[in-house]
Amino acid sequence: MPTPDPSTPDQRLTGKAIEVHGLRMAYGKLEVLRGVDLEVEAGMVFCLVGPNGAGKTTTIEVLEGYRQRTAGDVSVLGADPSRGGRGLRDRIGILLQDGGVEPYLTVREVVDATRGYYRRPLPAAELLDIVGLSDQAKVRVRRLSAGQRRRLELALALAGDPELVFLDEPTTGFDPHARLAAWDAIRRLTARGTTVVLTTNVMDEAQALADRVAIIVAGRIVAHGTPLDVVGARGPGSAIRFRLPEGGPALPPELTRMIASSRDDVLELRTVEPAALVNTLSAWALQNGLPLHDLVVAPRSLEDAYLELTAAAAASAPGDEVATA
Amino acid sequence: MRTIRLMFRQARLELRAFWRNPAAAFFTVVFPLLFMVVANVALGPSSGGQQQAAEFYTPAIIAFALVTACYTNLAMGVVVARDAGILKRLRGTPLPTWIYLWGRIATSVIVAGVMVAIVAGYGALAYGVYLPGEHLLALAVTLVVGAASFSALGLAISGLVPNAAAAPAVVNATILPLLLISNVLVRIDDGALADIAGIFPVRHLADALSRAYDPAAPAQGFALDSLAIVGAWGVAGLVIALVTFSWQPRR
Repeated sequence: MPTPDPSTPDQRLTGKAIEVHGLRMAYGKLEVLRGVDLEVEAGMVFCLVGPNGAGKTTTIEVLEGYRQRTAGDVSVLGADPSRGGRGLRDRIGILLQDGGVEPYLTVREVVDATRGYYRRPLPAAELLDIVGLSDQAKVRVRRLSAGQRRRLELALALAGDPELVFLDEPTTGFDPHARLAAWDAIRRLTARGTTVVLTTNVMDEAQALADRVAIIVAGRIVAHGTPLDVVGARGPGSAIRFRLPEGGPALPPELTRMIASSRDDVLELRTVEPAALVNTLSAWALQNGLPLHDLVVAPRSLEDAYLELTAAAAASAPGDEVATA
Repeated sequence: MRTIRLMFRQARLELRAFWRNPAAAFFTVVFPLLFMVVANVALGPSSGGQQQAAEFYTPAIIAFALVTACYTNLAMGVVVARDAGILKRLRGTPLPTWIYLWGRIATSVIVAGVMVAIVAGYGALAYGVYLPGEHLLALAVTLVVGAASFSALGLAISGLVPNAAAAPAVVNATILPLLLISNVLVRIDDGALADIAGIFPVRHLADALSRAYDPAAPAQGFALDSLAIVGAWGVAGLVIALVTFSWQPRR
């Protein structure tokens, strides 16, 4: 990976690591991908999200060169992945959803072997440090916990110092600490200039990591852009939540109109003008001597948008089979 | 230079993984040796004297060990690695296919070589069985042709096995009957079973090895007709392997 030259930021920003146009994939009569268009700019974290069976893994495996597409144009680092061969595989890293590691070898042995397959590998110590397995270097793979094994697979995906790395559901089965550590590792990759393509069905993960998000449902991209774009595409809005004890004074009507939901004594208000609403709300609360415990002003989350979009897409396409990818 | 280093490393890695896998090491190494001892001790007196039994069983167990290491062990190992997603992961790296297969085959051949040395040594030391000094070339050529052919056949069958759970059943079903009728575990020189065995490569490997082990054999101990049949099976196995080999688990 050449070091990014700060004097020519435009060149890096406009470079496309991946271009996909009209990608289709069919197994017999079953259409798994129905015309997917994607562009991933170099140096970005691109996140493909969608329900199980929507075609995330199929899309990724076409890009990785594991599957032959039925139709469409696909370019990965300027090469066609179905014909890219060794040269392309030397420049990319892959964390599979169902990959395996030789159980009787140690962590260090597997890392060193994998480094040996690449022309410009990262040092083993650095790889183990990135994924936090330095203390497990001499442990045999079969003795690792599920989370440790997944982190080892991440280290193996990074062994060749890839320009582009594919991470298919990288944090499945992680506890919250391990997930944060993995996010940290992924952020460190982007700091090196590595382009990251990841799939997940954890919206927090997409929100935390992604520069660009695409939502895939039943083999089609139904929304794409920055996380804020995707959230905003369903209408702008902020959510304001607070606790309102029962038996207290009633909300004025201009606030009651905004109530989106109420559960127990927690109210959620939605608005496109959060500043005005907060002003009205706090004036009313101070007047009535209410502390407004647990007051939160938050943007609508990617999860909100995701749930709405996937429900809308499923409703608009009745009878569509959702294939397992 | 880089390729040679990669070949060396890959073979060393696979060999290491083999020795650390208790099931593979037991069935490939301990089992044939156990059978050799039992056959010599228990069957020796009933089959015309200890010496004569050892002279039959030494090349026969060499054949058994070679088939187990190259065919059974290779086929099982590849299917298990495929099912576990190990092959799929390697497929995503720049490691060339042939170097991976080389590592697997080299491991089988080295294990077979160690077994041959142990069996031959045991026969010579314990029972004074002839060590084919003058026939060393014939023995070496037979071992190489046998190891290459049975490795190719092991790869071929691995492509036909649906998953790891089915591997022991399919692999053993294809090889155990042949080992039984091919002058390896039991002596069957004539009859219908011997005729059937004559179609398949195990019997010819055993014949070629026992020829090399016969101090009175003509042609420096070479059994060219048997070697040709073993080699032909190996070529067929290679063709099938190239067609059926797959990197991804079959579900």
